[in-house]
Amino acid sequence: MPDRALWRRLARPLLALVTLAAIWQLVLTVTGVPRYILPSPAAVANALFEHRGLLAHHAAITAIEIVTGLIGGILLGLTTALALARFRALRRTLLPLLLISQAIPLFALAPILMLWLGYGLGPKILMAMVIIYFPVASTGYDGLRQTPQGWLDLARTFGLSRRQQLLKVQLPAALPALASGLRMAASAAPIGAVIGEWVGASQGLGYLMLNANARLQIDLMFAALVVLVTFAVLLYFGIDTALRVAMPWQRDRTTPDQ
Amino acid sequence: MPPPGLIVRDASLTFGDRPLFQALQARFDAGSWTCLLGRSGSGKSSLLRMIASLRLPDNHHLVLDTSDGAPLGGRLAWMAQQDLLVPWHRVIGNVMLSAHWRGRPTARDRQRAKRLLAQVGLIDKASHWPDELSGGQRQRVALARTLFEDASVVLMDEPFSAVDAITRLELHDLASRLLDGRTVIVVTHDPLEALRLADRILILQGEPARLVSMPVPEGRRPRSLDNSELPRRQAELVAELREMAHA
Repeated sequence: MPDRALWRRLARPLLALVTLAAIWQLVLTVTGVPRYILPSPAAVANALFEHRGLLAHHAAITAIEIVTGLIGGILLGLTTALALARFRALRRTLLPLLLISQAIPLFALAPILMLWLGYGLGPKILMAMVIIYFPVASTGYDGLRQTPQGWLDLARTFGLSRRQQLLKVQLPAALPALASGLRMAASAAPIGAVIGEWVGASQGLGYLMLNANARLQIDLMFAALVVLVTFAVLLYFGIDTALRVAMPWQRDRTTPDQ
Repeated sequence: MPPPGLIVRDASLTFGDRPLFQALQARFDAGSWTCLLGRSGSGKSSLLRMIASLRLPDNHHLVLDTSDGAPLGGRLAWMAQQDLLVPWHRVIGNVMLSAHWRGRPTARDRQRAKRLLAQVGLIDKASHWPDELSGGQRQRVALARTLFEDASVVLMDEPFSAVDAITRLELHDLASRLLDGRTVIVVTHDPLEALRLADRILILQGEPARLVSMPVPEGRRPRSLDNSELPRRQAELVAELREMAHA
């Protein structure tokens, strides 16, 4: 029965959630931490419900930033990976630059983007893009480069062009490696957007958290955090599902054991 | 079109600064099976890769002619020790892999792939994924993919060495029957395989190496295991290969 299968899939995460809330409450009861430091799970749930309109508004903004950044970052990263695999001259110049770009702390970049692009959605989307660009580009390029020689031999005897070889042989062969990059990207994209919002914004969950913090609305702050975590988890599973559909031959190995 | 014979006029291969062979010459007759034997590291696989114009890490040089004067490119099929099935196509897709990779397979391609799968006895596996197949079945799919090329020259690099002995004997029969009438070169390190399949046996021998021709048993290939000449020829072949090691 499909209902029962769904329930079985949901049972474990739900159990984990309940356990987490129980531990949280236990810590509160045992240590007696004041509620302006750590609110109770019940208070956070209450804030979630009470401020649902406010949360929904800011969540929508952050969601747009994350999803746009994710799509942009994946497209850009993938294009870079393909171009690097295709053109030797590009590898020599771009590869060192790419590595250097990884040494720049994202937090240091945020104010500069803010300065250039203003306080709107632009810099946040760009932050999300920047943070996921590298894992996608590097795992994609690694995957493309590590095509087994035997398949390239076949491509050669079939008389394929370099372009056909790249798109028909190397790209599908790189999918499993690329998939791990995409999963990393899915969990990193919200970080980029929120950093952008912390540095300077007038809407979004990151902004809401800072604002609530300043007003000592700690329960609202935690409620915003819960929404953000839910986003990240949904995004991860969304990407994971999409990857399974794109790689049906891997269905057995990627299905979690029962 | 009748298959061409191949004439290697000058083949050289250097491994580091050690010449494996220099100015090597060989003839592979049109429509016949030649088995190329030699110890590991003798350069026999490299020679085959050179003929297929595949990438080689070592310094090499080859002058190759065909008996009909036309270029070899486009009428050559390659089969390796690994089955090289791609996991992202089903079994039938792997058979018509060249059609997939060059563009989009047509209905005719699909028909032909099905017929070949039937010939190798795997038509009921057509829509399975490669990882659902056994090693022997995978190699049979690889054979069907090689046949799909319908090439007049087939180069095989230890094509049956990764399967168990019984499967190997079955594959010999199948390949010999289905690839009949083409110019085939098989690199192998299995003397029995060579004696069952070859019209002609060549051993790559010495340093730098030369090609030595060895006698094959009477009878049409694939020769049966109870061929009366087989044990004697096998003993000769093994002795020859041993001698090379101690020379």
